[in-house]
Amino acid sequence: MSPAAVPATAAAGGNHVEVRGLHTVLGRKLIFDGVDLDMARGRITAVMGPSGTGKTTLMRHITGQLAPDAGDIFVDGENVPKLGRSALFALREKIGYLFQNSALLTDYSVFENVAFPLRQHLRLPEEILRNIVLMRLQAVGLRGAAGLMPAELSGGMVRRVALARAIVRDPRLVIYDEPFVGLDPIALNQVVKIIRTLNDSLGITSILVAHEFSAVRRIADHVYLIAGGKVVAEGHPEELATRDSPWTRQFFGGEADGPVPFEYPARDYALDLGFDGSKA
Amino acid sequence: MSAPAGRRSLLGNALAQVGAAGLFLFSILGAVPGSLRHFRETVRQVWFVGAMSLVIIMTCGLFVGMVLALQLYYTLSIFGGTAALGTVVALSLFRELGPVVTALLFAGRAGTSVTAEIGLMRATDQLSAMEMMAVDPLAYVIAPRFLAAVIAMPLLACVFNALGILGAHIVGVSWLGLDNGTFWGNMTSSVDVWTDVVNGVWKSVAFGAVIALIATFQGYTTPPTSEGVAHATTRTVVSSSIVVLALDFVMTAFLM
Repeated sequence: MSPAAVPATAAAGGNHVEVRGLHTVLGRKLIFDGVDLDMARGRITAVMGPSGTGKTTLMRHITGQLAPDAGDIFVDGENVPKLGRSALFALREKIGYLFQNSALLTDYSVFENVAFPLRQHLRLPEEILRNIVLMRLQAVGLRGAAGLMPAELSGGMVRRVALARAIVRDPRLVIYDEPFVGLDPIALNQVVKIIRTLNDSLGITSILVAHEFSAVRRIADHVYLIAGGKVVAEGHPEELATRDSPWTRQFFGGEADGPVPFEYPARDYALDLGFDGSKA
Repeated sequence: MSAPAGRRSLLGNALAQVGAAGLFLFSILGAVPGSLRHFRETVRQVWFVGAMSLVIIMTCGLFVGMVLALQLYYTLSIFGGTAALGTVVALSLFRELGPVVTALLFAGRAGTSVTAEIGLMRATDQLSAMEMMAVDPLAYVIAPRFLAAVIAMPLLACVFNALGILGAHIVGVSWLGLDNGTFWGNMTSSVDVWTDVVNGVWKSVAFGAVIALIATFQGYTTPPTSEGVAHATTRTVVSSSIVVLALDFVMTAFLM
């Protein structure tokens, strides 16, 4: 990639992630129609939107798991869709990713799941590796579960283990895909604190995909609201919460009626039930 | 869709699958050097696909040898040639039955479990998680299983052969009263290590590679659904069995 292709803000260290003119079509569905996003370095950016709007797809674009149909995605100044496999893997070593379904290695214990990235990339003495893993498990409150297998954990515990694994190598960018799903209020509060503490103490950039606005407004510095393939609103969460826009009003108010259709497109309800008018 | 068009589509899909599997083989071979970093994983897989298959291989080998001896003794006795029992059993086992039956059992026991395991890892995003942790699943998951099958198959075939001969000895010598010296003497004088035993071992290596390729390919490319994994597992057994038998004919023609 030529230096001229790198956006000035990314090269200068202002934004950790920049998305420009993102177009994606999956099957016959238009997911992104010219989306532009900036995610500032060292800040927590939340991406919100109705289900199926492409939030996870966006994260897969940012991490190079899925190539867009058009557009550029700069992470640390590198254009992800243009990276080769080895360069992409080198970039991913600086990224922690919490999967929506946690994606723990089911044949490995909790300890070995968290230790996995360390064992694969670093030749640490076993004692040091053990201490790092136990510190991360302590941070998510699961040090005592180190010897358990993933199948022995509750859904909330699995997510906390996945969180510990995502941050075990002190990545510069952490992507949390639905980190609050399945957590009880106590665990949710702890996870919110962990995300905020990591961000403040280590200067990590965090991208958060979440639906829980109450949690997001406590920790996010900036929120993007995506719907219909476009960014329909953005700003500080407190400002968004009070903004008089049909998008924010519907999404944050949880209303069925509004610009975001609640129902999946379908033909006429009466016709589907067999009432075509001739029987009346 | 018309019938000829349907047949063309089936043939096209089959050829596309063969082409994709061929490319996948090159990807695996390319990942083998990287997989040597995870040698412990390869050893673990040799244990899983090899040692854990020993019971079924030993049991089947024993019974195949026993029934082979019983059938051959009856047939050879018609011509007064029961002294050749040890020779015929050994040649049958080393040249054909050992590698082929072991491969069919191996496909059912180890091939299916490899497909199901990789398919479930795909369905539960474990392979994607590895990629996100900058760990190549081809080097960490696929190549060790491929190497393990190539290593384990000839060893299992040798065990199958040994148990088969033991079974034939039990039936021929201990039960039907054939002379022990005749059984072993004729066998050792007629069986050639290079043309009979080693050629059988080469067949086993080839069968192990083919089964491992089919099993890992089916698992890696399966749709991430329970039905997809079930179909992939079935395809592993069916495809492996057909390919092993066809390859056996081709290799026999070249090795004879």
